Order: sequence, then C-alpha cells, then structure tokens
Amino acid sequence: MSILSTEEARAILKKALSFSKADECEVSLNGSEGGNIRYARNAVSTAGDMSSMGLAISSTFGKKTGSATINEFDDASLEKVVRRSEELAQLAPANPEYVSLEGPKTFAESITFNPTTARVNPDIRAEAVRKSLEVAKAANLEAAGFLENTTSFRAIMNSKGLYAYNKDTDVSFSVTTRNQAGTGSGYVSNSFNDITKLDTLALTKIAAAKANGSAGARAIEPGKYTVILEPLAASDMLSNLVRGFDARGAEEGRSFMSKKGGETRLGEQLFNEQVNIYSDPFNPELPGATWNGDGLPVERTSWVEKGIVKNLSYSRFWAQKKGVKPLPSAGRIIMEGGSASLEDLIKSTEKGILVTRFWYIRSVDPQTLLLTGLTRDGTFYIENGKIMFPIKNFRFNESPIIMLNNVEALGKAERNGNMIVPPMKIRDFTFSSLSDAV
Amino acid sequence: MLPGLSLMGNPIDPAQALDGMDVRIKKALADVALNAARSKGASYADIRIGRYLNQFVATRENRVQGVANTESYGVGIRVIADGCWGFASSNNVEKEDIAKLAERAVAVAKANAKIQGEPVKLAPQKGYGEVSWKSPIERNAFEVPVKEKVDLLLSTNAIAMQGGASFVNSVILAVNEQKYFASTDGSYIDQDIHRIYPNFTVTKIDRSSGKFDTIRSLSTPMGMGYEYLEPKESSKVKGIVTRYKDRYDILEDVKAATTNVDEKMKAKSVEPGKYDMILDPSHLWLTIHESVGHPTELDRVLGYEANYAGTSFLSLERMNSKKFNFGNELVNVVADKTQKGSLGAVGYDDEGVGCKKWDIVKDGILVNFQATRDQAHMIGLNESQGCSYAQSWQDVQFQRMPNISLQPGKAKLSVDEMIKNVEKGVYIIGDGSFSIDQQRYNFQFGGQMFYEIKEGKIVGMLKDVAYQSNTQEFWNACGAICDESDYRLGGAFNDGKGQPSQSNAVSHGCSTTRFNGVNVINTARKI
Repeated sequence: MSILSTEEARAILKKALSFSKADECEVSLNGSEGGNIRYARNAVSTAGDMSSMGLAISSTFGKKTGSATINEFDDASLEKVVRRSEELAQLAPANPEYVSLEGPKTFAESITFNPTTARVNPDIRAEAVRKSLEVAKAANLEAAGFLENTTSFRAIMNSKGLYAYNKDTDVSFSVTTRNQAGTGSGYVSNSFNDITKLDTLALTKIAAAKANGSAGARAIEPGKYTVILEPLAASDMLSNLVRGFDARGAEEGRSFMSKKGGETRLGEQLFNEQVNIYSDPFNPELPGATWNGDGLPVERTSWVEKGIVKNLSYSRFWAQKKGVKPLPSAGRIIMEGGSASLEDLIKSTEKGILVTRFWYIRSVDPQTLLLTGLTRDGTFYIENGKIMFPIKNFRFNESPIIMLNNVEALGKAERNGNMIVPPMKIRDFTFSSLSDAV
Repeated sequence: MLPGLSLMGNPIDPAQALDGMDVRIKKALADVALNAARSKGASYADIRIGRYLNQFVATRENRVQGVANTESYGVGIRVIADGCWGFASSNNVEKEDIAKLAERAVAVAKANAKIQGEPVKLAPQKGYGEVSWKSPIERNAFEVPVKEKVDLLLSTNAIAMQGGASFVNSVILAVNEQKYFASTDGSYIDQDIHRIYPNFTVTKIDRSSGKFDTIRSLSTPMGMGYEYLEPKESSKVKGIVTRYKDRYDILEDVKAATTNVDEKMKAKSVEPGKYDMILDPSHLWLTIHESVGHPTELDRVLGYEANYAGTSFLSLERMNSKKFNFGNELVNVVADKTQKGSLGAVGYDDEGVGCKKWDIVKDGILVNFQATRDQAHMIGLNESQGCSYAQSWQDVQFQRMPNISLQPGKAKLSVDEMIKNVEKGVYIIGDGSFSIDQQRYNFQFGGQMFYEIKEGKIVGMLKDVAYQSNTQEFWNACGAICDESDYRLGGAFNDGKGQPSQSNAVSHGCSTTRFNGVNVINTARKI
C-alpha cells in the first residue's frame, strides 16, 4: 500500500532528518493509490490501477540548496539520499531568493479524506460506467467518458520542527454523448470528495438531453450577445482570472493587475459589485488541505468582495521583501451566487445564448487578459425567456475582467472540477466567428 | 516556479541520473511480469520499465532560481484478458511486486470485460528479440556541468538587461527517457532517448503607460543533446530576424529579441481585414500541429477522444475516397518517426513496433491517418504505424502523434522572393496564442513578431495580430512553399491528450509558406 498513516509517515520523515548535517533541511513524503476507467464508442477502451510513493529531501547550506529523492525507505537508503542532497547543495549556486524554512505550527485537521471513496475498486468503477452506458444506449447515443478515483497522502517535516500531514480522496467523472449522425453532442462533468454523491446514471441523462437537444444547430451571426454561462463554462473563464491574483507579477508591472506608475489594482473596483470570490479549505463540497508545500497555513481567504480585489498572494520571498505576511495563492476558489436557478436566468432573458461549456481557452493578450476559445457540447438561442433552438458553436474573444463587469445576474453556485461557481448572465459577450464543430 | 515540474518527477542527484540499469536485470523482471500475466489468463502482455530523467536550470535576470534533477522510475504492465485491456503501474520494481502488479492488470481487464463491446484485435507484430536504440546525440546534456548551463543562461540574461529589458527569464530543460519494453510477442527493446529545450522570455515594461510586452526565444525543443546549444553559422537562416535550424545561438537571439521587443511596443496596431500571410517555420509548426496533426489522429477520427481532446472533421469515408481535398496540390504532409533531431524520433514505439515514415496528405489529398496496433485493422492495415506512446511508466500507452511535417516546395523559392510577390501581407515569426475547436475546423493563432508587407516590401512591425481561419479553407489557400533550404523543425514537449491527460513530445517540419487572403483580427482591448 502507498497510503501511510500520519504515525508511519512521521517515523520515516524523522529518521531521514536525523541524518541531516545541513543548516536547514526539509523532507516530504507523498503516496497515491487509484484507478481509472475510460470508455468510448459505448465500450471500455483503457483502464488501469496506479500506485506510487516517493520521498524528496532538500538540504541548504547558507543559501545553497540541493534536492534528491528515493523510493526505498530503509535506514541506509534514507541516509544515502540525505548525503546526496547535501552534496548537490554544495555544488549549486546560492539563491538570493532563498527564505529560511517555516517553524513549527499547528494546522487545523482537514476534511479531505472519505473512507468510502478510498475503498473504490475496479468492479465499482466498471459498475458506475455500466450505468452510464445503459443511458447512452437507451437513447441511441454514443458515449465516451472517464471515471477516476484517487486516494493520496502528503507529509512534510523540516529541521525547524514543522510537521504536517494530509490525506485526501477524490473521484471525478465526465461523459460526452453524441448522436449517430454526429450532429448533436452533450457533456457533463463533476468531481466529488465522497463517491456516494456520484450518480453516473443521472449525470449521463443530462449529457444525453444536451446531445439530443443540440442536433440540427442553426448558424447565427457572430457579435455581442447576452449569454447565460452554465457553471462549467463560467469556471473555465474564472480559472484564467484567479491565476493573476499574485502580488509579484502585479507589482513588477507584468499582469492585468498592474497599472501605470507601478501601482496595482488591489483595492480597486475591478468587477461588478455582485462578484464575490473566496477560497475555503473547509467548504464541505470542495475540501482542501489546510497547509501548502511551503508549510504555510491555508485558510479562508477573500479575493474579491463586491467587485473589489481584496487580496493578492505573496510568496514567502516576495512577502519578506515587501514586509508583509505571505499568502498562499488562490487554489480551489468559490464564487458566491444567488438563489436563481438556471431556468430562472433563462426565463428572465429576452434575447441571449445559453453556453454549456467552453473549449481550448488560451490567453491572447496578458495585458487585458483577453482570452479566446470556443463553445462546445450544447449552445442554444434564447428568446422571450425560452430556449428556441440549438445554434452552431462560436469562437469568442473576451476578457473575464470585462465579463465580470457585465454581470446581469448570478444563479445558484455549484461545484465543477475544483471550483464552486454560479451560472452567470452576462451582457455584451463577444463572439468573433462561427465554428462547424459539433 | 516551472510549469509542469510536478508532472516530470522528483528531484534527484545528477550523478545518479547517469547510472543505467543492467539490461539483464530488466529482462529478468520483464519475464516475471509476462509469465505472471499469462498464468493469470492474459492472452497478450507487455511491460515497460522506465526511468525518466529531467534536468531544469532556471534563471531570471542575474540570479539562478533553481537547479533540479528529477527522476521517475517504475513499471507499467498492460495486458489483454477476456478480450479487454487492463493496466497497472507501480514504483515498486522487486520481482514479487511485479508479479502482483501483473495480476492487478489482469484483474482490471477482467472487471472491465463485463462491459466490453468488441474484443481487442491487435495487428500482428513480429518479436524483434533483444534489440536497442539510442538518440544520435553528440553531447549528453546530463554530462554537461551545471555551471556551464548556468553561465550560458546568466550571459543570456545579461545581454537582455544591458539592452534595456525590464525582466528576462531563461531555462534549459534536458530530458532522458530510458525505456525498456518487452512483450509476449518476443521483443525485448532497450531505448535511450534524449531531448533538450533552451528558451528565454524578454519582458519590457513602460511604467508610465502601464503597458508591457514580451518576446520569446526562437529556439525549439529538439531530439538532440547539448550540441543544439553550440552555434554554427551554416545552421542560421538570415533575414529580418535570424532563425535557426539544428544549432541554436541563444546569445545572438536574445540580443535581437531585446531590440525587437522595444520595436514591438511601439508598433502600429493592425488594421483588421484580409491579408496574405507569410508564416515562418518557427510559427507554422504550431498551425500544422493543431490543424493537420490532430485531425489525422485515428483515435480522434473514430471517437476515442470524444470526451476530452475531441473528434475530427475527417472521417474514414473521406480518407478512403482518396478524393478529399485537405489542401491544394502544393500541400504534401508526411508522418515520420525516423527524422533525425526530431522530438518524435525513436527506434520502436511503446508497443514494440519499429518506426517508419508514411504519407498523410499527398498532392493535397488526404491519404492516411496515424494508428496503433489495436486500431490498424479499422483502416484496413495489417500492421501498426508505430504511433503508441506513454509519457511515463506510470501511464498506459495509447495513440500519439508522430512528427507530422509539411514537405518543402519542389521549385527553388527563397523567403525574399516570396515577400516580393505579396501586395498586402503579414509576415509572422515565432508562435504565440493558439486555439482550435474540438473537430479542428475553426482556429485562431497569434505569434511573436509580426511584420507588415506592402507592395513586396516589409514596411515595419505590427502588433495585436491574430488570424482566424478554417482548416480546409486555409490549406486550400496555400499560395507557395519555400524550398528545402529553408526547411526547419519546430515542436513542443507538452502536447496533451488522453484521460488522465498525458504529454507527448512532437516536432513539425516545414519551410516558410504563404497563405492567400486570410482573415486577420485586432486583439487590442481596454479594461
């Protein structure tokens, strides 16, 4: 087994550290066990079980650091890997950005481990996929999907007395259903900490409805439209935004968070006042570790409040240079929504476009965070509060900053991947060309 | 610090990276796996014992950010049992662990066989016995002292900073895949594969306006050793900017980039409209990758990638008809896993098939796809095209793109002559932003440097340029292709496909090519 308890992990880390002669030393131990099943053309294609564990050690003399790893955990191997990292440290150039290690801390216990998810085996995965295939076949659609579960642990210890351990579980599922003629396609995906929340039958029904509903799409002119972005589409845009909430890039002048004269946009009203974004490792739908790899606590952090950017992340080096507290970067983010359902948002729309998801989003201009990408797997025209007909996919060229300024309404937030995001009604979203892709 | 570092494995001592594992030990381990799989009911089995080494040296301005050697070592076993694939991988490589791992792979196959459709059908493959293959490198990057790499990168950065850059980042990434493959067909294949990618980004910031811009190096990842970083005059392609073939001059390139980023910031914002595009190989490789490489992957055509990377606008009918005009008659595209210096060059693929070269598009007509052993029969082939690859021992192998290259023009034609014939055009050097739909129709590409062409002459730099087109229209608008003296490779280490997603390293060769009447958009916005 590659999953160790905190006691087992601590014993190995302590033993490794006991061999250290460096000024500072940190050791980390990671292990994971998991499996996946992939299917396409209504049958299994590839599947596997994966297991791995490794120990990494960094030794520092002054500001010279070296790292080494090993897969064996007897005393002789542990001593050997410590010596190797020390030899490498002596060869490495000094890093002026090296910051002395964090001291001991008490971290809150996370809620990331679910024992039921940890017990998933190939038969359970095959059964979950069988249910998904049943829906597709009954609807005369062709399904391609993926189900993966992972149990992992991570522990760190350093020569200043810091120790932390976390164990987590995760299961993710996605499925695409397409009609036989290749004229309709639907998609659904979701991730859970607890596998009992995964219902592959219900999720595949959603994808099947999208596939049938999107067949026979009509072309409409590209241009600016009011859009309703389902949570999946909205999260695709937001993940590109939150990466920019970093102090160093902003203060160095090379981020959309920079502004002229060397200032940053921290504290500015950058978005519509309905926009509130935060991260919280104790959200039960999206639990996360309570510490990061640098040994810093990960706590509830507000990034945007009423459209105002409230925080930027600071690495340990940049924080020390600027005389502020370090702040881990925005990880699993949560954007608050309202109480409206997706249907309510559609009902309130005179003319607009419903977007299931986006695809192949890439940065075009980091200065304005202009992104390009395409709609995929279900795009529909709305008129007088009703979905009128499916439309052909569009390429968009839009910035999430402009998008979050043009928020008309937000629906009820839900988890998608590693985010919780509401469906959003956005005005003046820019579609620049049509795509023939289904 | 480095994107993708965690995917590449764990840090190790560089001295350790040079030790190879005795091939006799690997063969003994392989036989344990193959016998265990057979005894549990597998009709076919293969094993990959892999050791994947990477070295990163990363710097910014006048300091070294990190020197990391990483290693990932373990074993992956793939079987067919009850007509279905099963796979298991582990970093435990003792004999007893390997036997148990083979049993796990068979158990996965049997669990899934209950919901399997057609049984897997493998194209025949003769066993090669005990063979080996090595990248034809001249200087092993892992044997070059760290100090030499650090000195080169800090010299690169110093040139940029002296030239007025605000920031500069530079990296050397070296990769070594030591792969041992064995199968129940009787192959025992030992391979030692090397790749390298030096690169930099120069950033210029105008604090008074709050504007910034960047230019990236014109280097490309190569299937080479450290010799790629030893400049050679005969490998330089002179022009408005010097470009490079199989030897790269990082110091010369950074000097030019530092000057060019200034010019780019002051450049005229492009007027949207139709332009003739002249695309340098440092740019066009990516357009080839996205619009030719991906839609001709057989797994996409058949629907195996429908849930992730997508499907393809191409079909078996279109290929079989031998009448589908992928492009016009100038367009000839080959798949080639034997091309020297390319990222995709290996002796054998990851299911033990010897590598080869074949036509994909011939005189504009789609003639073939890219297939593995279990797909060959679906396109009427009785042998695999050798397109199987796994990014590590930990991941299952599947169909991945070979080098896909546009053949140079047969008639003599230089870039200067090509420019002379353009009334209103944009000349693009270097790759930038890229995006294409899931069936590979509609795409949009940016670049690094854009030059306006008016009445046969380059008149200055442009900015905010991106072009949009449709794959078939684009390749049918091909106006001219420079001759082979301009032919160069471009490529990427990180072509993503599959679930769980895996990276593939692949090169694309071409000469500078003109495309007529392409739609250019202006990407400037205000926030």
